[in-house]
Amino acid sequence: MSVFRTVLRRPVGVVCLGWLALVVLACLVADLVAPYDPRAQDLASVYSGPTGAHWLGTDQLGRDVLSRVLHGGRVSLLVVGEALLVYVVLGCLLGVLAGYRGGLLDRVVLRTSDLLLSMPTVVILLVVLAIFPHDESAAMITLGALSSAGLARVVRASTRHVREEPYVAAARVAGLTTPRVLARHVLPAVAGPVISLVSLIAGSALLVEASLGFLGLGVQPPEPSWGGLIAEASQAIYRQPWMLVPTGGVVALTAIACALLGDVLRDASDDRAGSETLSWRRMRTPVGPAEPPTSAPDDTAVLSVRDLSVRLEDGTALVEGVGFDLHRGGAVGLVGESGCGKTMAISAVLRLLPPGAVVTASALRYRGADLLGLDERGMGAVRGSGIAYIAQDPVASLDPLFTVGDQLREAVRAHHRATKAEVDRRVLELVEDVHLPADVLGRYPHQLSGGMAQRVSIARALAGDPAVLVADEPTTALDVTVQAEVLDLLRELRERTGMALLIVTHDWGVVADTCDTAVVMYAGQVVERTAVDRVFSAPRHPYTRALLAADPGAAEPGTRLPVVPGVVPPPGRRPIGCRFAPRCAFATAECKAGPVRMTTEPLGAAGYRCLHPRQPIGARA
Amino acid sequence: MIRLVAGRLLWSVPLLFLLSALTFLLAWLTPGDAARVVLGTNTDPLAYAELRAKLGLDRSLVEQYWTWLTGAVRGDLGRSLFTGESVSAIVDSRLAVSLSLLVLAALVIAVVGCALGLFGALRGGAPAKAVDGVSVVAMSVPTPWLGLVLVLVFAVGLAWFPVTGYVPLVQAPDRWALSLVLPVLCLAAGGIAVVAKQVRGAMVEVLGRGYVRALRANGLSARRIVFRHAAKNAAVPVVSVFGVVLIGLLGGSVVVEQLFALPGLGQLTVTAAAQHDLPVLQGVVLCFTVLVIVVNVLVDVVTAWLTPQAVTR
Repeated sequence: MSVFRTVLRRPVGVVCLGWLALVVLACLVADLVAPYDPRAQDLASVYSGPTGAHWLGTDQLGRDVLSRVLHGGRVSLLVVGEALLVYVVLGCLLGVLAGYRGGLLDRVVLRTSDLLLSMPTVVILLVVLAIFPHDESAAMITLGALSSAGLARVVRASTRHVREEPYVAAARVAGLTTPRVLARHVLPAVAGPVISLVSLIAGSALLVEASLGFLGLGVQPPEPSWGGLIAEASQAIYRQPWMLVPTGGVVALTAIACALLGDVLRDASDDRAGSETLSWRRMRTPVGPAEPPTSAPDDTAVLSVRDLSVRLEDGTALVEGVGFDLHRGGAVGLVGESGCGKTMAISAVLRLLPPGAVVTASALRYRGADLLGLDERGMGAVRGSGIAYIAQDPVASLDPLFTVGDQLREAVRAHHRATKAEVDRRVLELVEDVHLPADVLGRYPHQLSGGMAQRVSIARALAGDPAVLVADEPTTALDVTVQAEVLDLLRELRERTGMALLIVTHDWGVVADTCDTAVVMYAGQVVERTAVDRVFSAPRHPYTRALLAADPGAAEPGTRLPVVPGVVPPPGRRPIGCRFAPRCAFATAECKAGPVRMTTEPLGAAGYRCLHPRQPIGARA
Repeated sequence: MIRLVAGRLLWSVPLLFLLSALTFLLAWLTPGDAARVVLGTNTDPLAYAELRAKLGLDRSLVEQYWTWLTGAVRGDLGRSLFTGESVSAIVDSRLAVSLSLLVLAALVIAVVGCALGLFGALRGGAPAKAVDGVSVVAMSVPTPWLGLVLVLVFAVGLAWFPVTGYVPLVQAPDRWALSLVLPVLCLAAGGIAVVAKQVRGAMVEVLGRGYVRALRANGLSARRIVFRHAAKNAAVPVVSVFGVVLIGLLGGSVVVEQLFALPGLGQLTVTAAAQHDLPVLQGVVLCFTVLVIVVNVLVDVVTAWLTPQAVTR
């Protein structure tokens, strides 16, 4: 029922439901509301346009068009209703049975629905009408039966899905009978898609009825039907074109209402309203006005970031004031729990934020050149050849429809003007650089293991000879043994080519292995920035300490794994004072009073954002 | 690829059997047989019995179907109850008209539908919303009504095109084209809307995938990402919807041919259905079924060509 409430909250839904209710009701009580007998002729006023006496005009025999539309609607809507009834009963029954029972029945239903869905429906209806002349019920029941194949598939899929849900499986084990499982769990789950489809099919059934009536194969005159009225209007297009307006209009408006209502219902049951608003243009990340600088960028660095922030269009800040420098051959690790804004920060640098997010900064320099002023095309020139990127899920980051060779050749050509032979040679070099066999070039992404896919995506990133490689949790999706290999590869590439690394991770092992600087982020802010050897020996911020203590790699076997108590506050609900204060054992009233600044603003080598920093371990003695 | 096509063709044999058998069965079940239809008001029992024997109606259902089937395999689909002409000759003479209409409509739908869908997926915003709005209307307007409005505006009002009628391509290509503009528009309108919606939905879905982001992050040009990677991935679901739309066109062509007085298969179907001329109807159903099979095989071939083999297995 919540689906209906959602529909009623959308203006489109209300208007469509209102129109459908009005039409159905008016046609049902046509005897009472129609101003004239639909067959009463008035030869004195044939083909009249809309007048006070005949609101929608009259036809060739002077019959009142409004009355004929109302009475015709009763006939047309009745047969549409018959089609829908057959559609729902047959579709749900077969779908639930096939989905719930599975096995042979399931295969038979699937095959039959394949067959039914690939038949020319209207032609079959004509055959039915040839055999049962003017029997619209027979035709529309056939239509319902043929179309039910589509519904059966949808219901089958939902039923299977629900059946496999753990709570339903548990209910079955606990002895709940099949009818009860169906009534309690399956029906509510399929109700949303079913009513959405019913609405869409109602619209097309109405259009089919109109076509059959127009062809003169439907209800026999003088009995009115909506299709028949269009046929009558077609006879009169020279003498009284107006007749087309009410006759076609009522069918079109009703069909539009059904189609829109179906869409609204589908969005309501799918919970995916808004996906329609996405577009390629909206995927460009806009740059907001420059932030006031807290420190000057370092133009000796390959990548220098100052006061980088990410905000939603409503002003909610996701990332605030992030700054770091990445030098040639250097490696910076962005560390923190999930939801701290690490990925957002690197996406902001590459200007690949999700739609609706805006990036701002006081400076964003690549080799001393300003990135904020570049348009999308300019950024495109920097991406890949200046700053390259590898994603967390390597298999998903490769196009499934192209071979590895295709994708690598394309990447090389995107950055170099070269002959075919040169491109092929470069591709082989790349594959060798990431220690993959050459036969990988002929494979498709789904034929690769996670580790191989990550190597391929590293090779693709290297194609433009980038000065910076941004890696978003490059090892998270991989097996433990493969993780070490990929990290070794990254370190080797960095040492050999002088390429700088910017790695997002929550794994201290990755930081220790590959990085020289650690930037710890919490709730959208940098809380500590320091050299990697210092972060392990002398963490200053309590969050850094807690995070280090929670590292499973460092835990004592046989003891309880330490955790950081509490959760990261989501954007929009971050405290005004120190953001870690609610979870911090050392927090005082002062911490919660107002924003805490980094110790080294303007930006220096190391700093932290804390009023009660932990003493370096060496200093304690 | 050959195995795939052969497999699909084999699988379509049951469809042909099923539809022809079903038509036969339905015809057999109805009260009043073909002989009654032909004789009309002539109720002479002797003439009736004679005609029944001549049409083979006195034999069993299975026997009748077997006769028809063996004939059909040889290309003999029987004779019209009314004109006595051979059904294969009638179907043959009308096929060109229907194919002209269907192929042109399919092309228009593919080109315009994809263009509008791409526009929506790339541009977004208010213009895309406007396309959405027009699409819903195009999908929901009854085909005959749309045809009438087109005739009224472009044929009667502006007189750019002939109101009705058909000129064979070999006779006068320019007049052939003119005579088909309005019918093709009328037939294609709904399909354009459906395809545009699908293209847009599929493109938007694909543009949100990880590999599009990875390709952008590695500096591929927007044109290559959109037209090479995203378009190919989005094409997979779109092709199957396009197949369904094409099959739907067969039904639409019945209305359009009747409305614009095009002497094609659709018009033949309506006449045969109205006259209860079952041999002709059976021939037409067979012909439409073959068209459906061709569309389905094409859809499968294109899908197989788009997707790497191991994904489909």
